[in-house]
Amino acid sequence: MSAAVQLLVGTRKGAWIYRSDAERKTWSVQGPIFLGHIVNHLVLDPRDGKTLLMAASTGHLGPTIFRSTDGGETWAEAQQPPAFPKAPTNGEAPARAVDHSFWLEPGHASEPGVWWAGTSPPGLFRSADGGATWDSVAGFNDHPMYWNWCPADGGTPDGALLNQIQIDPRDAAHMYIATSTGGVFESRDQGASWAPLNQGVEANFMPDPYPEYGQDAHYIALAPTMPDRIWQQNHCGIYRLDRPGERWNRIGQAMPAEIGDIGFTIIPHPREADTAWVFPMDGTEVWPRTSPGGKPAVYRTRDAGANWERQDAGFPTQQGWFTVKRQAFCADQAAPLGLYLGATNGEVWMSDDEGGSWRTIAQHLPEIYSVVAAPL
Amino acid sequence: MVQVFIPSQLTSYTEGVSRLEAAGDSIARVLDDLDARFPGLKFRVVDEQDRIRRHMRIFRNGDRAQDLALAVGDHDEVLIFGALSGG
Repeated sequence: MSAAVQLLVGTRKGAWIYRSDAERKTWSVQGPIFLGHIVNHLVLDPRDGKTLLMAASTGHLGPTIFRSTDGGETWAEAQQPPAFPKAPTNGEAPARAVDHSFWLEPGHASEPGVWWAGTSPPGLFRSADGGATWDSVAGFNDHPMYWNWCPADGGTPDGALLNQIQIDPRDAAHMYIATSTGGVFESRDQGASWAPLNQGVEANFMPDPYPEYGQDAHYIALAPTMPDRIWQQNHCGIYRLDRPGERWNRIGQAMPAEIGDIGFTIIPHPREADTAWVFPMDGTEVWPRTSPGGKPAVYRTRDAGANWERQDAGFPTQQGWFTVKRQAFCADQAAPLGLYLGATNGEVWMSDDEGGSWRTIAQHLPEIYSVVAAPL
Repeated sequence: MVQVFIPSQLTSYTEGVSRLEAAGDSIARVLDDLDARFPGLKFRVVDEQDRIRRHMRIFRNGDRAQDLALAVGDHDEVLIFGALSGG
């Protein structure tokens, strides 16, 4: 069976698509696509294998969504991109405007044409027509607790985020979202209502370091073969939650002390529920957010976080200071598994042996924001 | 009709045309007219709360528009610019 993969790469200055041969040895490149646009996410619809959605904006222009059904050759713009409702004129709430869409999530397999988007400032949006028009999800965006969960002064250097959406593959109504201001939230009614899901997760920048909400959930991922298992790379460590449990377990405490457990992303193995990878970054003192010690590495657990092993063959052994942002680490579906990461220095790295060795397949791109692997 | 200058950032909507005419008695109506002819253009310039986006500028006969209510008349010139927005 062919292991051919396409890599959808979003950068601060446009998008690129890399396509491999059947052995993932050689790669061809298409791009730049929308050169100069800030592309936070470029995603293929797994339900039809051909529809691409791109979250784009520019330094000047407002945010939009582009859609392609021919492998990125031609694009059509959303007729109604994600946008908040008009603010009440009584001044009771700040007037929100979408600065950029950050995360695009194809809907449940049973709902072709449905997509979800997370934005900055934090907002949840839904499309039922393949991304042409988007509606604000009032269950979150107008929740009575919204301004507590998403305070107007919170957020990352690029703004506060609703940075991730995950859908239970067994139940289209069961969803999780991650935010940079409130942590993780769960809905069991397809977004109509939400509740915080942050017990045991530290927020060491808050007066109460274990609040009900207020955490910065950098990344969450359901284990594909065990969707009751949620992996989380948080601003304050690596966590795992096995539902129906409510309390997260800080599995990052098993990481080497000199490396720590700070990072942006965590990637589960698509077939092995106890296996996942992280790409640690330096979260000491002033938070350099670089590879610890200038020595990039991924760490793998094969026992659900009890132990972690370093995998750095091929990475710079010194003076390597890049890091990997939230959406820029991913796996394909092949065996052995391929792993891909896009670095802030514009390099795309891959491993075709489950992290055992790494090589670059692209260099000199703009700062990479997202890398998504999809079958060819 | 109002004379409108379209900046390079938006000429992908206007088939490369940077100077054109539009109808309307306010900046808002001029943008509505442009958006009807070039769908999507307005939202790139104005947010969902009808505010001119932070790095966009609109001028009427050389005077900067602070909001969309500014009146315009026949033969007025409306300039839309992409302002400085960082590297």
